Amino acid sequence: MRERLIIVGGLALFLLLFAYPVLRAAVYHTQTSAPQLRLTSQGSTCVAPTDYMRTSHMRLLSQWRTDVVRHGDRRFVAFNGKVYDKSLTRTCLGCHNKQQFCDRCHAYSGVSGPHCWSCHNDPQAATAKVMP
Amino acid sequence: MKNKPAIAFLIAATPACAGFTLALFPQARLPIAAAVAYAACCFFIVGIQSRVLRWANTPVPFRIPTTAGQQKSLAWIRPAKLDNPATGIAATGRMALEILCFRSLFRNTGARITKDRMIFRESLGLWLAAILFHWSFLLIFLRHLRFFVEPIPAFVFWLEKLDSPIDVGFPHLFVSDITFLAGVGYLCWRRFADPAVRYISLVSDYLALWLLLGIGATGVYMRYWGHVNVAGIKQFALGLATFSPTLPQGISPVFFAHLFLVCVLAVYIPSGKIMHGAGVWLSPTRNLANNNRAVRHVNPWNAPVKTHTYAEWQEENKDKLKSAGIPLEEDDV
Repeated sequence: MRERLIIVGGLALFLLLFAYPVLRAAVYHTQTSAPQLRLTSQGSTCVAPTDYMRTSHMRLLSQWRTDVVRHGDRRFVAFNGKVYDKSLTRTCLGCHNKQQFCDRCHAYSGVSGPHCWSCHNDPQAATAKVMP
Repeated sequence: MKNKPAIAFLIAATPACAGFTLALFPQARLPIAAAVAYAACCFFIVGIQSRVLRWANTPVPFRIPTTAGQQKSLAWIRPAKLDNPATGIAATGRMALEILCFRSLFRNTGARITKDRMIFRESLGLWLAAILFHWSFLLIFLRHLRFFVEPIPAFVFWLEKLDSPIDVGFPHLFVSDITFLAGVGYLCWRRFADPAVRYISLVSDYLALWLLLGIGATGVYMRYWGHVNVAGIKQFALGLATFSPTLPQGISPVFFAHLFLVCVLAVYIPSGKIMHGAGVWLSPTRNLANNNRAVRHVNPWNAPVKTHTYAEWQEENKDKLKSAGIPLEEDDV
């Protein structure tokens, strides 16, 4: 009898652990909606199509980093022929905001990401700090 | 059947192909993916619970531990406490060693024929591959919680840090991805390379390995090469957890192959040999203390047998025995 109790307890524990995402979602009233991203400047086009940027922006940024830091090459010709400066601060952050864009999706997906911000500073956050 | 690996490969390739095909039908993707995932989850849970309950209801009237060391006996003979446990606590220790460290596999030996004779020696390849694969799989499984839970609990990030202690490559390499594929790869190779193992291998043995390899390959491909819409996949996973499935556009076909392979594995787990994960807890040859000589174990459903002991018989015939001069057995208490 004692063994049966242990076995049933083990099964209940297994079920509880397996249902952890369901229980946690119920307790926290988790919404399935995608993270709300905000652009600081509307209308201008990105350096690559949205679908590509959504899945592969890290590869592009990594490539830019290599080109600029190791080869001094700052010229990026985009898919539509436009020429951009390969720069996170001057090009990307012109439209995308760290807190309202990068961080939201990265936090949602649990992607710690490369260490962009250990070298680059976030212009908006920097201004906020200077002007209290 | 000669082509067991090929048959198993075809069975395992079916869900992957189904996943790639499903990606071609934007309308059918969500209902079919969600239905398959829920069905697989139900089958997984119900299957495991019912099999474990069936085992729990199987009587174990005798203590049948397999022993692999000196039994506890006289005080001056050192017992092997974990390999031949005498108490419940020692049996628990033995179980922990078995479940966490795969003690039995560590004992594996292999026979090898040298020029003139056959020698037996330790063969730790199986143990090493098994332990690499199992612990990596657990780590990968727990890391996937980041898709199913929002906000993500801190321990998931600790596990990621543990799994990727230094930033190698980009996206950062997870050690468990390598050890998982290396472990499963060795277990697969072993089935082909060792004639004795190949002889006893069944279709289902290959099937489990192909499924695991397929899951690992699609997962690794999605992380390191064919980048996918991670936030979109999280939306789908969270939708499953909140019972309001949703599927954004632009999800890679490889994801559906990955999902279906996992679903088939989840269905296969309670039906086949992967139930050793639950079975190891209920193995009477492992989880019972070897105290047969120290404690009397009575089969609980023994039928009541009418007995007539010598002591009773002697009591009844005391006078006759005395008069015949036969000595009486005294109570030696």
